Amino acid sequence: MKLTIQVNEGPYQHQSADTAYYFAKAALEKGHEIFRVFFYHDGVNNGTRLTTPPQDDRNIVNRWSELAQEHNIDMVLCVAAAQRRGIVDDGEAERNGKDTTNIAPGFRISGLGQLVEGGIQSDRLIVFGD
Amino acid sequence: MSDAKKFMYINRKAPYGTIYAWESLEVVLIGAAFEQDVSLAFMDDGVYQLTKGQDTSGIGMKNFSPTYSALGDYEVSKIYVEKESLEERGLTLDDLQHLVWEDEDEDYAEKDSIRLVSRAELADVLAGQDVLFNF
Amino acid sequence: MAMLHVVNKSPYDACNLNTASSIMKEGDQLLLIEDGVYGAMKNAKAESLLNGLKVSVLGPDLAARGISQDKLVDGIDVVDYAGFVDLVEANDKVQSWL
Repeated sequence: MKLTIQVNEGPYQHQSADTAYYFAKAALEKGHEIFRVFFYHDGVNNGTRLTTPPQDDRNIVNRWSELAQEHNIDMVLCVAAAQRRGIVDDGEAERNGKDTTNIAPGFRISGLGQLVEGGIQSDRLIVFGD
Repeated sequence: MSDAKKFMYINRKAPYGTIYAWESLEVVLIGAAFEQDVSLAFMDDGVYQLTKGQDTSGIGMKNFSPTYSALGDYEVSKIYVEKESLEERGLTLDDLQHLVWEDEDEDYAEKDSIRLVSRAELADVLAGQDVLFNF
Repeated sequence: MAMLHVVNKSPYDACNLNTASSIMKEGDQLLLIEDGVYGAMKNAKAESLLNGLKVSVLGPDLAARGISQDKLVDGIDVVDYAGFVDLVEANDKVQSWL
């Protein structure tokens, strides 16, 4: 089965980023394909490398980055949502004159068309959020 | 269009209090370019999205309610509004915007986009879809 | 054309379980996750919402909230994340009642 996973909420505030991660991991372990993870609304906050959770807490951002790296997963942050919330990659920094970037490894920034395409290309779309 | 999927956008949140209503419109408008078979459903607090007379000038947010009347131009002509959700909230169709689309096959005759359906009828509509977008 | 309905909120906080249970068709499956697992408890006001439905609940979310299986409405299936994936595969589409 080919899956697209949509994550609507940021890390730590709501459990949905955790549930989405454990769901994705279980799907991969069962041999399913994740076509894309699309981070939308506050969900784009899953993709900033500047988080520093306490040592006794899970590192949600790093967990996603590692999953992307290990399984070569396409993880997309919605561009309009990312711009509003200050998640910046090289392209965005250049276009909008920002003095730094903060996107975490394994993520990229792109448009809502990527979500629509996920719906077209995948066997299932599943949304995690508040 | 033969391999188009049936896309259903399910809207269940009131506007302005949270971002979801606006973002749903964004996906619908961008998704229109992908030429899928698109429907929208409004239920629970989602029915508040379609009310007339929204004026956001006092809260500093964009009033996106006029965009609903443009959906017909994007070939979005199937807008399901759940009857029970309207009634629970003391609303009738008269409280909602009048949304229309132009039927090319009938000399661009103007037709109503909104279809008032019961929860049971909406269940049947949902069952016939391929992909559900949840807002 | 069976559908998986996912509910992640307590029935005492939001109407989502109410909406999901009243729109589910024969053959559809309900999965309770996150705070939605409180809807699976017996001797509670929301118990009747589950009447006649196929219901699963996410075990790790039950355990996290200290809900033992003997507190669940009879006939509920407890699944892990792998079981969650299986439910997504077994149904044609997923509706998350957020």
